[in-house]
Amino acid sequence: MTEKILKAMTPKRKNALNGKSPVMTYLVVLAAYAVLELCIKTGIMSSHLQGLLVPMVYYAIVAVGLNICVGILGELSLGHAGFMCIGAFGSAVFSLLTDGVLPDGLRFLLAFLIGVALATLFGFLIGIPVLRLNGDYLAIVTLAFGEIIKNLLNALYLGIDENGLHASLSNQMALGLSPDGKMLINGAMGVSGTPHDANFTISMVVLLIALFLAQNLVHSKHGRAIMAIRDNRIAAESIGINIVRYKMQAFTISAAIAGAAGVLFSHNISTLQASSQYFGYNVSIMILVYVVLGGIGNLRGSVIAASILYLLPELLRGLNKYRMLIYSIVLIAVMIFNWAPAAITWRENLAAKFRAGRNGRKENA
Amino acid sequence: MALLEVNNLCISFGGLRAVDDFHLTIEKGQLYGLIGPNGAGKTTVFNLLTGVYAPNEGRIILDGQDITGHKTIEINQDGIARTFQNIRLFSQMPVIDNVKAALENQYSYSLFDSLTHLGKYRRVEKEITERSMDLLKVFDLDRFAETLASNLPYGQQRKLEIARAMATNPKLLLLDEPAAGMNPNETAELMKTIELIRDKFGITILLIEHDMKLVSGICERLTVLNFGRVLCEGPTKEVLSNPEVIKAYLGDE
Repeated sequence: MTEKILKAMTPKRKNALNGKSPVMTYLVVLAAYAVLELCIKTGIMSSHLQGLLVPMVYYAIVAVGLNICVGILGELSLGHAGFMCIGAFGSAVFSLLTDGVLPDGLRFLLAFLIGVALATLFGFLIGIPVLRLNGDYLAIVTLAFGEIIKNLLNALYLGIDENGLHASLSNQMALGLSPDGKMLINGAMGVSGTPHDANFTISMVVLLIALFLAQNLVHSKHGRAIMAIRDNRIAAESIGINIVRYKMQAFTISAAIAGAAGVLFSHNISTLQASSQYFGYNVSIMILVYVVLGGIGNLRGSVIAASILYLLPELLRGLNKYRMLIYSIVLIAVMIFNWAPAAITWRENLAAKFRAGRNGRKENA
Repeated sequence: MALLEVNNLCISFGGLRAVDDFHLTIEKGQLYGLIGPNGAGKTTVFNLLTGVYAPNEGRIILDGQDITGHKTIEINQDGIARTFQNIRLFSQMPVIDNVKAALENQYSYSLFDSLTHLGKYRRVEKEITERSMDLLKVFDLDRFAETLASNLPYGQQRKLEIARAMATNPKLLLLDEPAAGMNPNETAELMKTIELIRDKFGITILLIEHDMKLVSGICERLTVLNFGRVLCEGPTKEVLSNPEVIKAYLGDE
């Protein structure tokens, strides 16, 4: 029965990318949510593990965002940690300013929208020069912009008092804050005291929204134009597709989703710092690893890969020095499983057998 | 009045005059052939007509409108569509999406509708799908609608490229070596397809081709290009028996 309903709900044409149906993706996410929530409620899950859930989800979100850029638009970006950083700082500052003024729910909603809006704006502005480039050059420039954002925020001092906002790039003293002024961004010390508004449920909702938007995009006029540019720029131009416009759209949406992940980041951590550990290029590359191993253009894969690959090194902490060794072996294994021709054939055979078995059972029944 | 009128078209790359004093007049509904030995500048003419290169000199007039110097995207909206010598499909997209992508400028809904599938999305997508399927049926490609374009057999890929160009509703269709790499059966089928679309859509076609069977079979008039200059032009039979043309292709005795 459920199968029938699902069939009716699923569009006839499956996802152009790897034949994944969108509805299935939502179900996978919801199922994961139900199981994990159950583990929390029954107390099976350790508090250490519980603390990893929100980061796991926001990395999954940023992986979905990056996949729009890498998989749908076909351009390599190494600056997505930068967009995350903007979303994180923008929303954190807003939350600090309005803490105690606005009710909690409304404050977080507005902070979320502001974080996303800022990331969108920066995605658009950075997109203007960056999208004139292709391939490696685009990757290098996005990497540079990501680093610039991080380093600027790392050096930024921002405070507020009765005279308004004060900003400086040198030190706290230069702000000239009055004694009852409030520090918002304290240079490399970052933003502290952001309300702890993000939780696992909210993060999962944001993930579902990100997936909803991304999957809808793939099955739309705009998505087709973007993928046409990816597949063949010259042909896309010849049928009247406006290359610049669609590239900008894809890149900006991608940055906006990364910004949403950043909002969750800053509202889940007590002290937000623009350090390399959180927003450096190595983080951008880590996100790219999630996207590549999950399958370029495969949105569901990004979520699964991000979840597993984020949790794995954390869960292996007990193994100490063998941790990264095992992590790399898993990376290689996943890569082989996903991309090696022999592995693909093996998987297809297995799926065919499984399907045959299921049909056989149906006939018997 | 002629549908396409090209006068005194010139382009140089460095010291090389790739196309020199090129002229061409195509009447509405004609099937016109552009032939010439390798390196004569045929594809360069196509690239000039479609705005890939801007000409150094000369005028291109389509249906009474001067389109000289227009960019590729504008040229498509002006009413010229083309196919490529080396097939350029959207290879990782299904066949039907290749055609749908080409309907880009004829149907519109907002980015918000795209992201949420609300608003005009459902209604317009339905129209787009119907238009695309109709077009695929004309080319007998409807049974491949969900196949990835890269998985199509070669001959079908050529056809899909033509279908995609036709989806943009052109007045003039440019085919760059449509029969290249085809076996005789595929070529025969292609000839039928070209005549079919000419008759069904009342479209004007300019094609570059080396396959003389195809050229003499369907083209009404020819222009022969040699070393970037027009060698001769006229009705197909006359041109093909012109000693100058034979000399250009086969050399002196």
